[in-house]
Amino acid sequence: MSDNPLRDPQDRRLPRIAGPCGLVLFGVTGDLSRRKVMPAIYDLANRGLLPPGFSLVGFARRDWAEQDFEQIVHDSVKEHARTEFREEVWRQLAAGFRFVPGDFDDDDAFDALRRTVQELDDVRGTGGNYAFYLAIPPGFFANVINQLKQHGLADAGPGSWRRVVVEKPFGHDLTSARELNQMIDEVFPSGTVFRIDHYLGKETVQNILAMRFANNLFEPVWNSHYVDHVQITMAEDIGIGGRAGYYDGIGAARDVIQNHLLQLLALVAMEDPVSFDADSLRLEKQKVLESVVLPRSLDRATARGQYVAGWAGGEKVIGYLDEDGIDPASTTETYAAVRLGVETRRWAGVPFYLRAGKRLGRRVTEVAVVFKRAPHLPFSATATEELTQNALVIRVQPDEGMTIRFGAKVPGTTMEIRDVNMDFVYGGSFTESSPEAYERLILDVLLGDPPLFPRHEEVELSWRILDPVLDHWARKGTPEPYESGTWGPASADAMLARDGRVWRRP
Amino acid sequence: MIELIDTNSSQIATELVRARVRAGSPAMGMVMTLVIVVDEESAAGAMEAAKIAAHEHPARLLGVILGDARGAPQINAQVGIGEAWTGEIALIRLRGEVVRHCESVVLPLLLPDSPVVVWWPTDAPAVPADDPLGRLAQRRITDAAAATKGKTRALATQCSSYARGNTDLAWTRITPWRALLAAALDQQPLKVRRAVVAAERISPSADLLAAWLWNRLRVPVERQSSSGPGITEVCLDTRNGPIRIHREDGKLATFSSPGRPDRPVALKRRELPELLAEELRRLDEDNIYAAAVRRLVTLGERS
Repeated sequence: MSDNPLRDPQDRRLPRIAGPCGLVLFGVTGDLSRRKVMPAIYDLANRGLLPPGFSLVGFARRDWAEQDFEQIVHDSVKEHARTEFREEVWRQLAAGFRFVPGDFDDDDAFDALRRTVQELDDVRGTGGNYAFYLAIPPGFFANVINQLKQHGLADAGPGSWRRVVVEKPFGHDLTSARELNQMIDEVFPSGTVFRIDHYLGKETVQNILAMRFANNLFEPVWNSHYVDHVQITMAEDIGIGGRAGYYDGIGAARDVIQNHLLQLLALVAMEDPVSFDADSLRLEKQKVLESVVLPRSLDRATARGQYVAGWAGGEKVIGYLDEDGIDPASTTETYAAVRLGVETRRWAGVPFYLRAGKRLGRRVTEVAVVFKRAPHLPFSATATEELTQNALVIRVQPDEGMTIRFGAKVPGTTMEIRDVNMDFVYGGSFTESSPEAYERLILDVLLGDPPLFPRHEEVELSWRILDPVLDHWARKGTPEPYESGTWGPASADAMLARDGRVWRRP
Repeated sequence: MIELIDTNSSQIATELVRARVRAGSPAMGMVMTLVIVVDEESAAGAMEAAKIAAHEHPARLLGVILGDARGAPQINAQVGIGEAWTGEIALIRLRGEVVRHCESVVLPLLLPDSPVVVWWPTDAPAVPADDPLGRLAQRRITDAAAATKGKTRALATQCSSYARGNTDLAWTRITPWRALLAAALDQQPLKVRRAVVAAERISPSADLLAAWLWNRLRVPVERQSSSGPGITEVCLDTRNGPIRIHREDGKLATFSSPGRPDRPVALKRRELPELLAEELRRLDEDNIYAAAVRRLVTLGERS
């Protein structure tokens, strides 16, 4: 790229535009495609970041013509795209739509797919560069990947590339994750596999790196001398809704702790990377994940629960076991909390509490770094009665930003110190115009830029951390019930109380 | 909006704090001060554009309308904070002797320790960096294409008085063209022998685009006139054939390159708020723009 005379590193107005390429989308009719992937593609086109001739091939088991596919994309873009709908952008994009109907084990369909791709190279100049986006249940991965291989779709010609994009879950334990990785690796070399953890595409998550490594203010206190403990929370106010088939047997720990929360932990706890390229970042994240240890007694340092009927946010809601399609004897947890240690010089003795759940008080994802109390308080005991610990909270969603909690004097003649919050909001409506996580990630796939994607080593390390907990729980029978709309089961509070701490109300 | 008649800077500042408290919190999340120097007719439109751009860059917006400099000094202001966006607006009208000392009104209203940007939506001073308000800012935004007087010379004037921190929206307008041309050469790294830029007869953007191509490709660039709107065609001539971007309607362009099928590309002329938001994203000197300006100055001297 450096030999292009029109490019100059100083010219930072020029955006990175992907080279000629196309995207083949499996699972066109799914929720993920309609709500996230297709709108993100339109938004990218609208921002002028897709190459001329970009093509989108849909593959699904539907008896559709090209126009039907176009209509589906049109509807999804109209409904979910973040940028304004513009006719000329749509025309540019729609000229590259193709649809291939068929089953995942239908050889004729994959032959048709190969012909479509070749036709696009001629008509649209996509240059043989394709990303295969598997927005399908993981049970079909093996099928599709083998079909791609058999029909020669996985082999890039000279000077072109083929990439594959997969979504979580990346297996359901270490063994299955290894099998999955092995199966994909056989067909696609590891540099061409992009695992999407959309949390890593979020501006706020990238801002954790900016906050930690671009400032001098936080790093000196970012260690066990000053930090008492860290709480990482991902709470949802909704139940499992229509995802019974996916959720039952998976549960909160596999659904989010294994990927999102452990990735957040890695970003918060890692040492400074040598540079911001993919390899250095991964190296540091991997070091943290390798140094994560589980507490000796899993009974005392983990908690799990299952929501029961109750009132959540003023609405009467049903319990997990009453949801459609859930086995009434299911032992799947909808709330999971676990205490982890990070055995490094920086973090020795600092517990990291991770919790995730459904039907909790409100929807929030945040990382709270809670500091130790001041070693000496030159005030009377009554003056500081209401002062708790200083905290720095990174709000990932919603209302992205940062809060610092510290003590301040209550106005009046007596000395009384109480907690106050200092807020940084990551822009008011600012977030609306900033790109959505999927936009950023899809563009990175097309550019072949991997820093924001977890590698299979990280996936396997996360399972290594979580597997003993999951095994332990599997032996313990039913999870503890908790009422919908509350902050989880009593055992989670007891787990922190044993350490002399409490959960934040996020 | 609160009207302040016959006021001064400290009253304006007090009113801003009061408005914030009324809205619930005196906390500020603003990242810069944007001073907009404008005349009465264009004021409403410019403030509106700045407000939209401020959604991406929360800012204190100070509109300054310089009136007749004769007579007794008077300052009137409309002050308010944004609804549903984190920003503040003050539209300040100056009349009489104070017009010649307008910087004394603006200086106390600048946000502490954060960047200051001055924008002249229509006619800019001949030497923005020496302007009393321009001197307060590290970024000075002019718009040669929006000049109401001396349109043909507007860009040349700005180029000859270029100083670090100056920029022109005519340059901002061509970012999508430049991006597409750069992407074209990424895809086909061909040696360009000559180039043509066709646009309306008076088009500061086209002049800058030609100068940029000349600088980067080190080949002569011909500037042709067409009936517009704006830039209608850029053609890079290579040994294998031309790389051409052709746009008739200001919206949808056709992209052709040697040995490849023609493709439609959305290339819409962007609106003011979008241009302003791009301009506010980076506040350091734009060296590439500086080089294009120098090229235009040397070309101008030669002709």
